[in-house]
Amino acid sequence: MFGFLILALVVVFVLYAVSSYNRLISLKNQVANAWKQIDVQLKRRHDLIPNLINTVKGAMNFEKDTLEAVVSARNKAISASTTGNVAATAAAEGQLTGALSRLLAVVEAYPDLKATGNVAQLQEELTGTENKIGFSRQLYNDTATQYNTAQQNFPTMLFAGMAGASPATLWEITDDGERAVPNVDLSMNTPAK
Amino acid sequence: MTTAGNLFAQQEANRKASRRLVAGFVLFIAWLGFGGDFIWYLASRNAAGPDTYSGVHIFPGLGLFLLMIAGGMAWWGYNFGATSLIKATGAREIDTPATDQERQLVNIVEEMSIAAGATKPHIWLVPDAAPNAFATGVHLGDAHLAVTQGLLDTLNREEIQAVVGHEMGHIVNLDVRLMTLLTALVGVVALIHNNAFRVMRFGGSGGRSRSRSSSKGGDGMGIVIVVLLVVWIISWIIAPLVTRYMAMKVGRSREFLADTMSAQFTRNPAALAQALEKIGGSTVKPKMIPKSSAQLCIADPYHSVWGDREGKFADLMATHPPLRERVRRLREMAYQNAGTGDSLHSPLIMSEA
Repeated sequence: MFGFLILALVVVFVLYAVSSYNRLISLKNQVANAWKQIDVQLKRRHDLIPNLINTVKGAMNFEKDTLEAVVSARNKAISASTTGNVAATAAAEGQLTGALSRLLAVVEAYPDLKATGNVAQLQEELTGTENKIGFSRQLYNDTATQYNTAQQNFPTMLFAGMAGASPATLWEITDDGERAVPNVDLSMNTPAK
Repeated sequence: MTTAGNLFAQQEANRKASRRLVAGFVLFIAWLGFGGDFIWYLASRNAAGPDTYSGVHIFPGLGLFLLMIAGGMAWWGYNFGATSLIKATGAREIDTPATDQERQLVNIVEEMSIAAGATKPHIWLVPDAAPNAFATGVHLGDAHLAVTQGLLDTLNREEIQAVVGHEMGHIVNLDVRLMTLLTALVGVVALIHNNAFRVMRFGGSGGRSRSRSSSKGGDGMGIVIVVLLVVWIISWIIAPLVTRYMAMKVGRSREFLADTMSAQFTRNPAALAQALEKIGGSTVKPKMIPKSSAQLCIADPYHSVWGDREGKFADLMATHPPLRERVRRLREMAYQNAGTGDSLHSPLIMSEA
């Protein structure tokens, strides 16, 4: 009777270990997959930018700074993405996000430009792509948090080493400018740059 | 982190509620089928005497019969339900978007599939001026998401996104599969109920002779059998109502769950609340959406039991929770989200993890 009890306990423990191990592995793969999703969307964004610049640059010759900021941010982001470093990529992409949103704000100030069908389409593409990047980051952070929590929770943490699990880095805002409260000017003056 | 906690806590509560409901549903159906077999077994065992198995009902035929018919109906729903519904609405699949509006819809669906971490569903446009949307398909890799032209015309981008998020919630929760199964079970109970009562009305059925032979026992066992049999027959009499009620209740709990999923994907529950108010406030009558598929839509397209009624009758008939309650829950999530401090602090807390 006692032996039977021990056997039952061992069986329960083994089943628990297997399921914990599998859960960790599955989360690990989900995190890797979510990371790839961000990559896909970032690539999309990088490909979209030359198109956007070509469309607006004729009408916005005197906004050269804004356009150049976007182009240089894009180039930095592309070179950062080849390193595969989460923090560096996040920083470079954060700057690109800022440059693009400034460009979109400037486009808003040119009604003629906005009226062109091409620009409206590009704007939707850009909004869509920016959203996709945001959502893939959200998915990555959610999955990574689940993965990290599973590694720290009590019974599961015993198997973290066996599953080769290590904490995943979350995608953070590194640019202080992005954290700052936006300064909105509602006076009717012409927009400064 | 309170916002996320609240959102995921609501999801967890919804999941628990619908797990309990489904378990109760399955147990009730099992009682209707295998319970009958069990009573039959007890009665025949009692009549046959202690040492013989001849004439004892051992093979659970009733229960298996019930399962087989339900299986057949579920199989049909699995294989043909999704496409037959979409065809009934006259929808057109959007492969390559032709207009800006369609381009936007495709983008939104792509965004929401990314947020849900799911593959992109097939997108359908229903030529109907009433704003509505539904999802169908029992397999994750082969999901279908349909929106009406009216939805694209009345809602802004954020609101469409929230509605699509709700439908993606149904898709990743496999709600269509669950509801197909429950509908099949409700259908099979109704079918057997109707036929059995017709047979009984024409007199002399097997069920009656069985009850007579079992009551012959006379001892304590006989009384137990008679009581069980009476309870079982009463269960069958009320079965169509009970199963329908339970299926509706499961459906409504899945609606709440899908609302929270949308909030999780968009992190913008206020947009869904706005969208629901617009959809509920629309006076355009749907032309293309069949009444039988109302339960799949984001909100009941027929305004039949909406908002005002929250009583027992509405519990039985409503395919969706009261709109007001859905909006209230979403607003609750949204107000907590609105604090700027919260949204700024959550990533910091998460990064410590």
